[in-house]
Amino acid sequence: MPVQDYIRKRFFPHIWCGGCGHGIILKGILSAIEELQLQKKDVVMVSGIGCSSRIVGYTDFHTLHTLHGRALAFATGVKFSKPSLNVIVPMGDGDAMAIGGNHFIHACRRNINMTAVIMNNRIYGMTGGQFSPLSGQGVMATTAPLGNIDYAFDTVELAKGAGGTFVARTTAYHYAEIVSIMKKAIQHKGFSVVEILSQCPTYFGRKNKMKGASEMMDFFKDRTTSIGSDAKKADPTLIERGIFVQKESSEYCENYDKIIEMASKGKES
Amino acid sequence: MAKRNVDNVIINKAWCKGCGICVHFCPKKVLEMGKDGKAVVVRLQDCIGCRLCELRCPDFAIQVTFKDKEE
Amino acid sequence: MEGKVKFVQGNEACVEGALYAGCNFFAGYPITPSTEVAELLASRLPKGGGKFIQMEDEIASMCAIIGASLTGSKTLTATSGPGFSLKQEALGYAIMAEIPCVIVNVQRGGPSTGNPTHVAQSDVMQARWGTHGDHSIVAMTASNIQDIFEITIDAFNIAETFRTPVILLFDEVVGHMREKLVIPEQGKIPVIERLRTSVPPGTDYHPYLPRTDGRLPMSDFGGEHRYNVTGLFHDMWGFPSEKPELVHNLMRHLIDKIDTHPNQICKTKQYFLDDAETVLVSYGASARTAMEVMNYSRERERKVGLLELQTLWPFPRETVAKYCDQAKRVIVVEMNMGQVMEQVKASVKYPNHVFLCNRYDGTLINVDDVKNVLRVIEGRGF
Repeated sequence: MPVQDYIRKRFFPHIWCGGCGHGIILKGILSAIEELQLQKKDVVMVSGIGCSSRIVGYTDFHTLHTLHGRALAFATGVKFSKPSLNVIVPMGDGDAMAIGGNHFIHACRRNINMTAVIMNNRIYGMTGGQFSPLSGQGVMATTAPLGNIDYAFDTVELAKGAGGTFVARTTAYHYAEIVSIMKKAIQHKGFSVVEILSQCPTYFGRKNKMKGASEMMDFFKDRTTSIGSDAKKADPTLIERGIFVQKESSEYCENYDKIIEMASKGKES
Repeated sequence: MAKRNVDNVIINKAWCKGCGICVHFCPKKVLEMGKDGKAVVVRLQDCIGCRLCELRCPDFAIQVTFKDKEE
Repeated sequence: MEGKVKFVQGNEACVEGALYAGCNFFAGYPITPSTEVAELLASRLPKGGGKFIQMEDEIASMCAIIGASLTGSKTLTATSGPGFSLKQEALGYAIMAEIPCVIVNVQRGGPSTGNPTHVAQSDVMQARWGTHGDHSIVAMTASNIQDIFEITIDAFNIAETFRTPVILLFDEVVGHMREKLVIPEQGKIPVIERLRTSVPPGTDYHPYLPRTDGRLPMSDFGGEHRYNVTGLFHDMWGFPSEKPELVHNLMRHLIDKIDTHPNQICKTKQYFLDDAETVLVSYGASARTAMEVMNYSRERERKVGLLELQTLWPFPRETVAKYCDQAKRVIVVEMNMGQVMEQVKASVKYPNHVFLCNRYDGTLINVDDVKNVLRVIEGRGF
């Protein structure tokens, strides 16, 4: 069925600003789910708080809109309690990497079979344009009026360091890549992290003189490249896209099933 | 992408927020921004059916339809 | 009562109660003096196919039990002082989204890291108002091992009946003290199962539309009905709304569903109250001391009675008023600076007849503490 059949049409037009990349990411995620032919009743979308987190309300799955930063913790409860569900967790960069940073690294370490999507627009949009842990030095934001002095996390490196078994990055410009990576991420047995660079023309773009949404998407086209490409060798400042890590490792719920098996054998009368 | 027989490019004006992404990325300049600040189809005959406008529209406001059935 | 007899700690009695009530999911984080609850469930739950997970922090534990509850599990977390502080935001979420779950707080001294291995009862008001915003809450306690077992079952039953989080406010003394526990055969104590919707698939299901009896049938995540759950004010489908009428009605519903059912929720135990001139009001470990003083006084033909509170929130105002208003004096025995005393004063006809006998040094309030206060107040000298 077409992507449109996976949305709750009565809530459209959505609340995101004109040109916001989040709508493209929403469509990409739905397209991946459609191509995988997942049943609506088998999908749970869990989000936190922020612009990005409003994504779940627009999707016609079981949807859980939780607390700022805590989406992965709620999602862990959902998945561990009912492992047959496909759990997808879209989060913003502040949501996932600042207030939710602890849950993020531990979800990577735990390797529980869920997909985290970090919709990275490098800004807190809902609250009006404050810098996030992914903004990086020099970025202008309402809480960094003279330029940001905070270093940025690299989501991919952080996920790798925390033991992530599937780590990927793409952008809102690269629609087909969103779909193909999301399909692989959802199918991956274990915790998958997909960072998708998204444009916030309203705050990030305006504060940082990047013109409009289209120009910000041009930036994603021009300043990113496939992992290990010749372009990257020629210009190391380019941001790499693609799947950085994809490895097999035992998954948390399956590991726990073995605990149940062991415990049941030694059961008291 | 195999060239397909484009029937129409439909803009849902109620959902379009006029961001201009579709206009910017259309390889054949099929779309323009209308006086109402929303996307409008001006050169349908040039459309090659690549669907980039539809896929990149953040507002789910564009649908490219084809005369032939989807393969 | 027939059944299996054990000699256990309060924390273990709580685990037995939870399992009796059908708890099949626990998420937690180690913290003194509640850790035994997690340890015991780590070994007990998988034996029955249940799930135990040690999360990365207290916040995550609270969030995980809410997520798990939405899939149909009966869920529990256990913590103490600082951990209870950390859980408050997600506790508010469970209130707003009406998600059944049980939170154990084995109280220790505070504020802050406080007095981790010693007893206190100083989280009573935190249980009531720890999370932000107007709300009602259910908090229960117990003073002995058998009661901990039974009140834990009550907590799960109330959580399911009213679609609400329930707090079990134990304390370090009852948590770690050992006594005899009799576990009755399954079925002897009623266990309330979740009310699930009978709305057929493909039909409009309203997760947040109360039935005429006030109850809200649920539908598990993964089932046929897809809906939204949010911490925002929401409509009957669970979708965010800011409409003043809707916000007003939801707030009213969240409070009324708890506060209008004192007969089902408020539990107390009464000892020698019919002719009591002095009423001791107490709960948890303090009630054990109060009970001993009552017995001592009765042996000397002094008319002392004990009202033991098992439900702290909603506060059993009517019961407290009923027994205290006919007494000459009321002494609240507790291990804090008077948190329940204030509630008793607010409940009775003669607040100036209400006195506090307390201890807040991390040691169990003892018989002499109460006797001394009693002697002074009864006018028998210092």
